[in-house]
Amino acid sequence: MQELINRAKELLESGEVARVLGWKAGDLPYNPEPAYFEKAEDLKDFVYNGFCGANLSKYMIEASKLEGKTMVCLKPCDTYSFNQLIKEHRVDREKAYIVGVGCKGKLDIEKAKKLGIKGIESVSGAEMTDDCDTLTFQTIYGEKSVAYADVMLERCHVCKGKEHQVYDEIIGESKDTKDAERFAEVEKIEAMSPEEKFAYFQSELSKCIRCNACRNVCPACSCRKCVFDSTKFDSAQKANVDSFEEKMFHVIRAFHVAGRCTDCGECSRVCPQGIPLHLFNRKFIKDINEFYGEYQAGEDTDSRAPLTNYTFEDVEPSIVTERG
Amino acid sequence: MSIETNEEFRPKIVAFCCNWCSYAGADLAGSSRLAYPADVKIIRVPCSCRVNPMFILRAFEKGADGVILCGCHPGDCHYSTGNFYARRRMTLLFSMLDYIGVENGRTRVEWVSAAEGVKFSQTMNEFVEKIHSLGKNVRLGDLRCKN
Repeated sequence: MQELINRAKELLESGEVARVLGWKAGDLPYNPEPAYFEKAEDLKDFVYNGFCGANLSKYMIEASKLEGKTMVCLKPCDTYSFNQLIKEHRVDREKAYIVGVGCKGKLDIEKAKKLGIKGIESVSGAEMTDDCDTLTFQTIYGEKSVAYADVMLERCHVCKGKEHQVYDEIIGESKDTKDAERFAEVEKIEAMSPEEKFAYFQSELSKCIRCNACRNVCPACSCRKCVFDSTKFDSAQKANVDSFEEKMFHVIRAFHVAGRCTDCGECSRVCPQGIPLHLFNRKFIKDINEFYGEYQAGEDTDSRAPLTNYTFEDVEPSIVTERG
Repeated sequence: MSIETNEEFRPKIVAFCCNWCSYAGADLAGSSRLAYPADVKIIRVPCSCRVNPMFILRAFEKGADGVILCGCHPGDCHYSTGNFYARRRMTLLFSMLDYIGVENGRTRVEWVSAAEGVKFSQTMNEFVEKIHSLGKNVRLGDLRCKN
């Protein structure tokens, strides 16, 4: 982390970048938040640890419109989103100084809470320095240790790899934390009967409070005008516009990012209700891979996205019924 | 005590037909006096790729029991490539509907040219029969149990 701060200070002081986009400590030991740093002395608040899960690519859409360059810290999986945004002309590569930061898996505090860890006062072992084996929580009930992998975010169990796809320099070591099959959950649902599938999704989706967090955090959801915003009132964005959008929100949201979703997992991470939203996105990715060939959004900046492309021999939609 | 109604189930079926092929095909079916069920409500669209996946979801939400999309045969699109894009989109949408547990027989895509009045009427007859066997659509109107 110190190396990162030193480099940021250097860049800010030399005037090469006008601001640094990173994380600052939140009010709890486990909730750092994305932040801009415009002066070298502000960097004392800068943090980078295992809880810095936020994908900063989306902030670059706004930062690209500002004067001067922005130094942005991107983890390996965030760089896929950045690449995808370059492809869609939503960010300006020239306006970004990308520092690829090392990542050894990010943490999900909800998982720790589910393991019975409460009253957390401080956390150690979340610094991205050593091997990231154990995580120690100092709680008001005493010290508790858990294996790092047990409290890792779902997306880190299906890690896309430790290579940064786009960067100006790399600071820190990364580790591939993949230990599960990416489509295993999707396949499990696919094997259910229609009644079971419907019951499963109904129980999951009825938890939704339409806070729009999944939409707001998604780097692929970058339309200036969103179909889910009310056309009548600016302030009414969070209220459901009509019952249709209310009910179909999740299917429509997933469809709008189909073929562009890099599977960064931010939607599931930010959901306050813990809905596994990545299951929708991953289903589309799985189908696209199956029907139109392997495709990973954000791997490059010039290929055509599956839904803006076609071949004469594409499968007919009836395949869905035929494969049973 | 309940009031028993003896009404026969009449499905509501929405057919999106592209202006250049399928709509003309439906016209031909009509002028050749080929019968197809009156349950089919045709909506004319400029091209099959005009059909946004949301149109289909909206139709179901408004009470449709089945939705069928008809367009020109691949390669024959009036706008050259529209139906290729429609094909990809619909494949993914249908697969998603299947994934969330909505019977996949309620949606269909069929390529009908302007000369295929017979195919149009046959397709519609088959589709209506299929929807008859599936019965009323309740699931798509009720995905978040907040009706």
